[in-house]
Amino acid sequence: MIIALLQNIGHAAFRFLAVIGKVSLFTFASIRWTIMPPYYMRQLGRQMLDIGYYSLPVVGLTTLFSGMVLALQSYTGFARFSAEDTVATVVVLSVTRELGPVLAGLMVAGRIGASMAAEIGTMRVTDQIDALDTLSTRPLQYLVAPRLLAGTLCLPFLVLIGDVIGVFGGYLVSIYRLGFNKGLYIAKTLEFLQASDVVLGLVKAAVFGFLIALMGCYHGYHSGRGAEGVGRATTNAVVSASILILIANYLVTALFFG
Amino acid sequence: MTSTLTKSAKIEISHIAKSFDGKPVLKDISLKIEDGQSYCIIGTSGCGKSVTLKCLLGLITPDSGSILIDGVETVGQSRTARENMLRQFGMTFQFGALFDSLPIWENITFRLRQTTAMPRAQARELAADIVVQLGLEARVIDQYPAELSGGMQKRVALARAIADKPNILLFDEPTSGLDPITGGVIDSLIVASVRNLGATALTISHDMASVRRIADKVAMLHKGHVIWQGPVGDMDNTGIPEVHQFVHGHATGPLTDEAVHAARTGV
Repeated sequence: MIIALLQNIGHAAFRFLAVIGKVSLFTFASIRWTIMPPYYMRQLGRQMLDIGYYSLPVVGLTTLFSGMVLALQSYTGFARFSAEDTVATVVVLSVTRELGPVLAGLMVAGRIGASMAAEIGTMRVTDQIDALDTLSTRPLQYLVAPRLLAGTLCLPFLVLIGDVIGVFGGYLVSIYRLGFNKGLYIAKTLEFLQASDVVLGLVKAAVFGFLIALMGCYHGYHSGRGAEGVGRATTNAVVSASILILIANYLVTALFFG
Repeated sequence: MTSTLTKSAKIEISHIAKSFDGKPVLKDISLKIEDGQSYCIIGTSGCGKSVTLKCLLGLITPDSGSILIDGVETVGQSRTARENMLRQFGMTFQFGALFDSLPIWENITFRLRQTTAMPRAQARELAADIVVQLGLEARVIDQYPAELSGGMQKRVALARAIADKPNILLFDEPTSGLDPITGGVIDSLIVASVRNLGATALTISHDMASVRRIADKVAMLHKGHVIWQGPVGDMDNTGIPEVHQFVHGHATGPLTDEAVHAARTGV
């Protein structure tokens, strides 16, 4: 019984290490083909439009309401020790450093990670990836490289816009619901905000964008056969991207504070 | 389609073997396809036909054996050598494998535009010429694959395969999913395309009517081995029960008995 248990643990550990190795090889190969010519600019443009432009409504709404809730919650909490005037600072720092990048990352992981995995997975099961290969085109360069680049470049812009919308959400609630003074609120918003706060958020966004695209492409590229295989690839892409976003969020934050 | 007596070997597959997760799919496959010959591989599902084709294309590396194309070893060759080698191949996949996100003209001229930077207008013109040759209307070049019927998609896949005049053509189940009339049309287009290009063709098929129309020579794969190969005219009189049952589509025979045994025992 103990030997069987140890065997199971050993098998699970080997499987885990095999997956890590497979993902690492895929990542290095993808980065290599992202750097090497030829560059598929039309594919890149299409992906940037999909990730950057069409994700705006989702990210905008998410950050708007998060900023609004944050203003309400922090006001309620801080009023208990007469620190209501810190609401503006709390909203702007929370949104730029944490909520903006993490919420945008999670929303884009759901929208884009799933669509990348489904699209590439469908191409895998319908032999389109093999067809690319036989037509003198490297699938990693044509399919994966533009997505990685678009994810890494677009998410910081999305987060920047999301930051502004989130802070604006906090402003709306503070002014029209909680009765703050407009000028004072804006002054407090800007008083403690530093460039490094925004930069931290944007660095996180770039890392999250890379991870979302990587997981979408990896799971799609290695999709199993049939509709079930593509479905599983899609689920795995979203779940793994979301978990990696949360892990990377801690690591990047620790790196900045360290 | 051609005389095979004096031609040199275009493709020579020698003793290739391939296993997946310890399960052997190809055990010992040897085929010699002469220049300008149209060769068909037949066999039951799971006998290794597609794996053989993928080994030939370098999509799968065999565990052992050799594959020569024009006398050059392709197993274990460098990426660059493989990419150069693939330029002489045109391939149609079982379900077309057309790129959903691209219009038909871009599908057809995909490789030409990747490798020669052909201008857009010239590519559109070439695509229109080819689809007309294959019996489609020129206007389809602006449509997307999902807008076409199965038969039209097969024609477009054939158009993509022949667009840059390859000298080796591979067809994976070219008539699967088609009605007999459309299947016959596709076969005649394949025969004409292979003849016009002077190409060597290798086809995988279950459709024996199609095999009789397009093949010079046929090989039957069974349990990872070539159990028979010979001219298409000899296919009916091989004296091998498995080949006889497959060629004539009999419901009972050694292939059925083996399938029943495998289902019962898992072997």
